[in-house]
Parts: sequence; structure tokens; C-alpha cells
Amino acid sequence: MSTEGSPIVREGPILRALQHIGATFLFALQLLAQCGPALARPGLIVRQIYNAGARSLIIIMLSGISTGAVLGLQGDNLLQRFGSENYLGIAAAFGLLKELGPVLTALLFAGRAGTALTSEIGMMRATDQLTAMEMMAVDPLRYVAAPRFLGGLIAMPLLTAVFNAVGLYGAQLIGVEEMGVDRGAFWSEMQSSIALADVRESIVKSLVFGFVASLIAVYEGYYSDGTAEGVGLATTRTVVASSVLTLLLDYVLSAVFL
Amino acid sequence: MTSPEHRAAPEAASDIVVAAEDVHFAIGGRRIFSGLTLRARRGRITAVMGPSGTGKTTLLRLITAQAYPDSGRLTVWGRDVTTLRSREVFAMRTRMGMLFQNGALLTDIDVFENVAFPLREHTSLPEPLIRDIVLTKLHAVGLRGAARLMPAELSGGMARRVALARAIVMDPELLIYDEPFVGLDPIALGVILRLIQKMNEALGLTSIVVSHDVHELETIADDSYLISEGRVVASGTPQELGAGGSPIVQQFMSGSPDGPVPFHYPAPDYAAELLDGAAAPGEGP
Repeated sequence: MSTEGSPIVREGPILRALQHIGATFLFALQLLAQCGPALARPGLIVRQIYNAGARSLIIIMLSGISTGAVLGLQGDNLLQRFGSENYLGIAAAFGLLKELGPVLTALLFAGRAGTALTSEIGMMRATDQLTAMEMMAVDPLRYVAAPRFLGGLIAMPLLTAVFNAVGLYGAQLIGVEEMGVDRGAFWSEMQSSIALADVRESIVKSLVFGFVASLIAVYEGYYSDGTAEGVGLATTRTVVASSVLTLLLDYVLSAVFL
Repeated sequence: MTSPEHRAAPEAASDIVVAAEDVHFAIGGRRIFSGLTLRARRGRITAVMGPSGTGKTTLLRLITAQAYPDSGRLTVWGRDVTTLRSREVFAMRTRMGMLFQNGALLTDIDVFENVAFPLREHTSLPEPLIRDIVLTKLHAVGLRGAARLMPAELSGGMARRVALARAIVMDPELLIYDEPFVGLDPIALGVILRLIQKMNEALGLTSIVVSHDVHELETIADDSYLISEGRVVASGTPQELGAGGSPIVQQFMSGSPDGPVPFHYPAPDYAAELLDGAAAPGEGP
């Protein structure tokens, strides 16, 4: 479309950021409208849950057990100062369920699954696959974007649950087996103090982070410049935007739940 | 040889599949078309030629309603594309097939599923019938035996043939080819040429072929248009175009490296730039 004769608008960073946010919001609306029809093809969504979820399991489990082990080590060190090492189970569960589990899983998700989504869709754009679909009267939002978005959205809470479970095992491994915290106290204190609301907070946070990370990954890929450099830049933007938004939203959600 | 203003003998309106009348189009301030007028007639192969960067692919984007003219009138099957709603655009596209420069096969499914893709999306045909249709189309392009290969396992020519099978699987009325000969070896090129001609004759299609490969198009095109600087500079049969005309037509048809389309990208005076050692490359009046 011609821009001749149109007033010259100097695009500053604020205007560009606002344009970006507006475009992402409109894209989200279009994407959500296509999620219903996309559910008619569960096979496509299951495949994306496998891609985003199952293929991230190793990295999630490794990170989970390391995080849990550090919690066990440092938690025991801190609680011993107050003679409260029996509360290590509560401390580890509290930290993992409410903060570390959802946040770290989201950050890892952005780095592993988010980048894969962006580069895959970006390459489809670069090789005219999305245009070919449009030419076959198939909406790529429904066939490509929506299943990947839904796959990421469903995979995130599952990955967070795995991260939490493995993290607790890691905390127990170090706290109980290595540092000598009483096994009964570790689990019974956790059982008596952690409420269903804490688990719910973990699930809600992971869903919100999953929504944001999947949306950004799909959006960046879908509108990436169809060049090698364009796809690379889009992938970088996915990690940066997802990570920053995850941390910002974590504070907001924590404040809401408190 | 005919001038751009040339009008063929009166044609029945129903014979015109695509008609562009005085189309203007610009992207990002760069003018692509300034008064483009051409027609593609039913059952014929229409070649659209021109130097690289003249907007040949953009013309296909306009015809397929991926972009809209700034002014002028562009009709497909008598309907002005600018007035179509998105549902009507999709309906129009189900009557078209398009062959992309690189094939644009979906890389995560095999050859069979690529060809079956439009059938699965737009019909509820039983699986045995889909299988038969897909194998028939693959057989037509000589690749029935490659049905279970993945796109990454295909050569460039094979990928384009699979894409052609996919483009005709819904039995379109209009088939559009975007630079179908680029990067092909002589054998693959000959195969694609023969297929374009065969498809048009056997299936009664209307074909629009966009390319800068003059000699290949000469052998198959019924009508030809040469585009330069945003408008049609010559039209007629390929032989008429080859017979002469304006300097730019002669340069294009003969493949001369220099002429109205200069060999050198616009630059300051050569000697002055060499002598002026302090001036950075590209600097000049």
C-alpha cells in the first residue's frame, strides 16, 4: 500500500513499543478465535504437547533436581541457625510451588520450547509455507499457530508439576540424606502446612506464564522477517520478552495471591 | 508485436479469467505498478515476463488477494478482488492452484500428506478415495513412487513437481506459477515445461506463468506480456515479442547485458570517484 502523501510520523521507541503491544494483543484475539476450531484436530495439539513438553523433560528434571538440592542445602544451613531444620520440607515446598517451580520452568520453557516454536514458524514463513496454506484457503493461524499455542499452554503446567516434584525430591535428597534432617518431620510438616491454595497458585502461575510464553513465541515466529537474520532476531526477542514478562508477572501474581 | 495499448479482437467477457485495468500499486513508498493493464484468457497459458524486481511476483500477490491495488481495477472471474470479503477470498482461492518458486511444501509431513493436505482440509472424502486421488496426481507428475519421502529428501525439481501435484489436487480452474524454472537442471526444467503444457491441455486449465526465462516461455505460452517500470511495455505471442519492438523489449528478449536496463547500478562518475581517494564508496553528487 502506498505511503506517499501520508504524514511523516517519527517513530520513537515508545511508539514502537506501543505498536508492538497493540499488534500482539490483536494477534492474541485472532489466535484465541482459532483455538476452538483447532481443538477439532486433537492430533495436532498432542504433537505440539510432545514437542514443547516431552522434549523439554530432561532439561526440566535436571534443573528441578538442582534447584531442589540447592534449596535443601541452603535451607538447612539457614534453618539450623534457628534450630528449625525440621521445617525444611515446608520451606522447600513453599519456595518451589509458589515461586521457583513456575518461574524457572517458564524461563526454561522460553529458552527451550519458545525458541523452537519461533524458529520453526519463522522458517515456515521464510519458505512460503504459511503463504502456501493461505493460497490453499487454509488459515495458518488455525493450522499452525493455534495448535502450537495450545500445546505450549497445556505443556507448561505439566512441566511445572514435574519440576516441583523433582525439586522436592532433590531437597529431600540433600536435606534428609546428606544433612540429616528427620525424614518424618520433612514430609509431615510439609503435608500439614502446605494448603491446596498453594498448589492452585502454582498451577495458575504456570498457566499464565505458559499463555504469555507461547503467545510471544508464536507471534514472533508468525511475524518474523523471512530471512535468516529475521528469524534469529525473532528468536532472541522471544527469549527476552518471555523472560522479562515472566518475572514482572510473577510479582503481580504473587501480590494478587497474597 | 503489439503496443501496450493493443487490444485483441473482441473477447467474450466470460473468456477473461484475470483482468488488470490501469492498476497502480506501491510498497513502502516504492512504486511497483503505475498503470498495469493485462488479461489472462480461459484455457490459455499467459506468460508474464520482465527483468528481476519489476513486480512479477507482486502481480501474483494482487491476483490472489494477498495484497490490493492502490487504484485501478483487478478482476478475477469477473469479481473485483478489492470488494471480496475474507470468506470470499478463501472461496476464490479454492478455485486456484499456485506453484511457488521453492515449492513451499510443508516440511513436517511427507509427500503423500502434502498432496492430500487440501483434500483433508476442504473435503470429507473417505480415506480410500483420498488415497486414489493423491496417487493419481502424483502419478501425473511422475512421483507416485516418492509418496512416502519427506520434502527434505527431494531434489529441487522433484519438490516443484510435488507442489504441482498439490496445486492441482483440488482440480483448480486457474493455475499460477511463480518462477517455475528457477534453479532447475535442464532435465528437471524440461519436465516442468512439459507438465505445465500437459496440465493446461489435459485439465482445461487457465495458466499464468511468471518468469524471466524467455526461451522456456516461448515454447509454451499462448499470450505474453512484458512488464517494465510498472507497466506492460509489450504484449502478444512470444514470437511477436521476439520479432522486435522498443529497445527494452529487444534487450530483454536477446538478453543483452546493457541497454535501457543498465548494467551498472546508478553510481557517481567512475573516474571522478577513483581520483577522489578521500570520498567513501557511494558518496557523490
